[in-house]
Order: sequence, then structure tokens, then C-alpha cells
Amino acid sequence: MNTALTPTVHPSALRRLVWVFSDSWTVARRNLMHIRHMPEKLADVTIQPVMFVFMFAYIFGSAIVVPGGNYRSFLMPGIFGQSMVFGSMSIMSAIVNDMSKGVMDRFRSLPMARSAMLIGHTTSALIESVLGLAVMVACGLVVGWRAHLGAGHTLAAFGLLLLFAFAMMWIGTFAAMFLRTVEAVQGIGFVIMFPFTFVANTFVPTRGMPPWLRGIAQWNPMSAVVAACRRLFGNTGPSAAAAAWPLQHPVLASAAFSCLIIAIFLPLAVARFRSVTTR
Amino acid sequence: MMALQTDGGEPAIRAEGIQKRFGKTQALRDVDLVAARGTVVGLLGPNGAGKTTMVRILTTLIRPDAGYAHVAGFDVVKQAQEVRYRIGLAGQQAAIDEFLTGRDNLEMVGRLYHMGRRAARRRADELLERFGLAEAASRLAKTYSGGMRRRLDLAASLVVAPPILFLDEPTTGLDPRHRIDMWDVIRQLVSDGTTLLLTTQYLEEADRLADQIVVMDAGTVVATGTADQLKRRIGGERIDVQVRDAADLPAARAALASAVGAEAELDAGARRVMVPVSSGAAALAAVVRELDAAAVTIEDIALRRPTLDEVFLQLTGHAGADAARGESA
Repeated sequence: MNTALTPTVHPSALRRLVWVFSDSWTVARRNLMHIRHMPEKLADVTIQPVMFVFMFAYIFGSAIVVPGGNYRSFLMPGIFGQSMVFGSMSIMSAIVNDMSKGVMDRFRSLPMARSAMLIGHTTSALIESVLGLAVMVACGLVVGWRAHLGAGHTLAAFGLLLLFAFAMMWIGTFAAMFLRTVEAVQGIGFVIMFPFTFVANTFVPTRGMPPWLRGIAQWNPMSAVVAACRRLFGNTGPSAAAAAWPLQHPVLASAAFSCLIIAIFLPLAVARFRSVTTR
Repeated sequence: MMALQTDGGEPAIRAEGIQKRFGKTQALRDVDLVAARGTVVGLLGPNGAGKTTMVRILTTLIRPDAGYAHVAGFDVVKQAQEVRYRIGLAGQQAAIDEFLTGRDNLEMVGRLYHMGRRAARRRADELLERFGLAEAASRLAKTYSGGMRRRLDLAASLVVAPPILFLDEPTTGLDPRHRIDMWDVIRQLVSDGTTLLLTTQYLEEADRLADQIVVMDAGTVVATGTADQLKRRIGGERIDVQVRDAADLPAARAALASAVGAEAELDAGARRVMVPVSSGAAALAAVVRELDAAAVTIEDIALRRPTLDEVFLQLTGHAGADAARGESA
């Protein structure tokens, strides 16, 4: 019996580190394989934002006037930001699904690196976000959006977007530990995500909002991210002198917001994951 | 390098004084359990007895509040990773990834045991073959039938040919035919010396598969022994006769007593007489002859094996929580 097993009773620190990476990649790879078998899983980061692009570019956009004139240029950074937020839905569903189906028990009875579960999930979610972003960029180019300030600025904008996506994922991961069904994810997701992405400068300038709402919108991390992208892409971003601090320094503010969110929610999610799974 | 096997006398599983509480519920109170190497131990009890909690502790999924457990010679809390290399677990729900193919499921598990990619793939194919899933290997597990899912799940627990295997209610929810198939599979598994701990709600299943049966109820062990020992304790088989006319009861009782040579029990209200027997079918023939000779008209006669409900009634003084589903063979 047990010929297949070569036990290493005390693996070296290096080997353990290698296992963290290889186990995480096994988990991430498995999640990505789901997309191959179930492409609709990518709907959150592709079809939905594409719908938004066309809805806003051609329907609402026809009635929205932005300073500088070109609504589609104004719109695309908002869409990019929104699709990063929607990406957190997919990691939420993936984790809730694993927890509810006993799959997590199987994983946890294996000698895999403990941290690989969450690292793997966030890795695949990040890859999904990159794919989603690529689709959005293509879509933006079709409706006339362009990045005007060169490769460095453009890449910096994409970097900020993915950092923001990563931050949102940790909120999603933390929230997933409290939910039991994938249906609940859909429900909760929309209740939280719509206000979060709409009460911001995503689709319209904040200046027309009533003062109390404008205050919220300008301090919404979403606004900083979108404003940073508009600035880095060279898309006309109306940052009036009266705007709140995050909108006056959007690049710094969005990086800071994302890091702050990660600093809060990553440890919370990891702690919650431990307590849920080792009770 | 340390050897995988532990030294000679160490049992495969040894747990002492295990306690576990979930909020207000004391799931386990002071549970002891020993499984000698190469044996099959059946953990028998109704829903809520604490069987699954015990399995989850032994497989390192949760930690006990008190007590200690060694599996393969390693502490399940302090040396959890060592334990995980040496166990396989198939839980109540088939813990398979529905959106992967059967082969990808097994290959992934192999990778997470830190097998090389090629070795993992080879092992996956071996197991698919062995469990009759070779043809479905490239199909999504979502499309599998209930029986196929169970087999895939079981295969996943065997990827490293673990010396100790845990099966939590392996046949719950299977129809009788698939249950018998599963029993065959399990018997083959343990024929090579694997230690198996299985939980079940079915006395018959424990009877067929287990060398040792541990009966649990409300978080405690209420009895331990071989199937025969337990059956003797709870009376084993009995013959149950219902007469048409209550006036015949004394005659029926005498007939039963003389046919099997044991005291018969009377339930006047139901017009029934019962007697414990050891050699079921032969005794039944003798009873029928005696009743016939005594000219007793019978409404119904049956050879009954003890049901799980009766085991519980006998051992705990109350009916099992899941009495309605208790099996009678």
C-alpha cells in the first residue's frame, strides 16, 4: 500500500515556499478552466460593461453634456473602473460556491499550502480582470475613446485600475465568508455595487449633484480611480477647483484608497477565512 | 528520512477524550476511539450523533476543544500537514468540482498532494479506469449521475493511496443497487490493508463492512464491539407472530417457546408474540410447524432483524433521531 507517497516529513522553507506558488497556481488554473467550460462566468467583466458602454455612449450620452465636449472619452475611464468593481462579484461567487459545496473540505483535507486557497482565487480573479479590461479597451476604441499621453501614462492608468480591482477583491473575499449561496452574492452584489459605482463621477460629472450627494461622490474611492484614469489617459476630466482633495490629486488618492482598502480587508478576509475554516 | 509507517504497535487512529462544542450544542462529549491498522471501523448513529464532527476532527478540518487524536501516529492539531499526507476523505456531499472534467478533478487533487504533473495525470487515469469512469473522463463532472459523482469523489480520496481512509456516509442517498455496488468497492479498497473509518446510519452497512462498530448518540459513544457482539446485546434476529384470535395467544407463545427453546414475549394488545432466534430461517420453519400443530391461526409471521431504531432503543433508552429511516433488512 501507499507506494504513491514519498513523504517529506520536514520540507525545507524553500520547498514550502515553492508549494505556496505551485498550489496557488493549481487553484487559480482550476478557476480559469471554469471559464473555458463556462464562458458566461466572464459576463460580469465583459458583457455587462459592454452593455453599459453602448447604453451610455449612445442613449444617455446623447443627453449628457460634459465640459470639453466628448462624452465617450469621458465615459470610458468610468466604465473601466466599474468593470474592475464588478470583477469582485466573480471571486465572491467562486469562494461562496467552494464553501457551500464541500469542495473547501476536500481542499482542506489535502496537504496543500494553507494560503494557496485565497492567493489562487485572487490570482485567477486578477487574470479575469485583465481579460475584462482588454475587452473594455477594445470596446472603447470602437466608440472613439483614445489614450493621448503615451505608453507610460497609459500603463500607469491600467496599473491603478488593477490595483483597485485587487482591493475590491479583498472586500469581496471578506464578504463571501458571510454568505451561504451564490444567489445571495448576486443579490448583495447589486445592492452594494450599483450605488458604489453610480454615486461617483463614473458616468456624469459630480458637480450637478445636490451638495450632500456630491460630497459622498467626491470622496468615493471610485471617483478618485476614474479621475486618475481620465487624467492619465488625457481624457478631458473636469476637476473644478472646488473639488474635494481626492479629485484634485486623483492619482495619489486612488493609489492611497486602494492600498488602504487592501490594508484593511486583506487581513480581515484572511482572519475570517481561518476562523471559518478551522472552527 | 523518517518512514511513513509508524512503529509497530501504534493504531492507525487513536483519539481520547475528544470534546467539541458549537455554540450551545455540545457536539462531542468525551469520545474515545481506536482503530487498529488494517481494520474497518464503523461509526454508527443517527443524524446529529456527532459522527461527522468526529470525522472532521480526525481529518484536521476542525480542532477539538479538548482531548487529543493521533492519526497515522501524528497529532491532528500539531502535525496536521503530516496527517493530511496520509489520509483520504470522502465526505457526505460529493466534494467534486462540477465545472471540471473527471480527469481534471483528480489531476488537481494529485497536484495538491505535490505530485508531479505527469504522475498526477497517470494516477488520475488509473483511478478513472478502476472506478469505471474512463469513458466519462473528459466530460464535466456536472453531467455525472449521482453514483458516478460518488465514485469520482471516492477516487479523489484515493489519489495518493492513503493508508487511512475516511468515508462519511458513503452510501447515504444512493439507491439500493448503487449501495451494494459501493459496498463492493469499499470491500476491495480495504482488502489491501487500508485502514477505514466509515460513518453510517445503517446498521446493515456497518454489519457488512465493519470489523468494529462504534455506536454514537448525542455526542457520546454508547457501545463498541463487533457486529455479532452488538447484535447479541440487542437481541439479534427474532420471529414475530401475529395471531388472528387473541384467545390463541397462550398457545402461540408456548409453540414459539418450544420451537426455539427461548422465552417468548407477549404483546396482547397487538395480538403478537415475539421470540429471539439465532438461526433465523431454520427457526422460522420450526415455528410454523409448531404453530400448525397447535392449530393456531396466524395473521402474519415474519423473521425480523433489529433495526437501527431498536439498537438505539436498547442502547440509549430512546429512539434514534432518524428512526424512520432506520434500515431493516
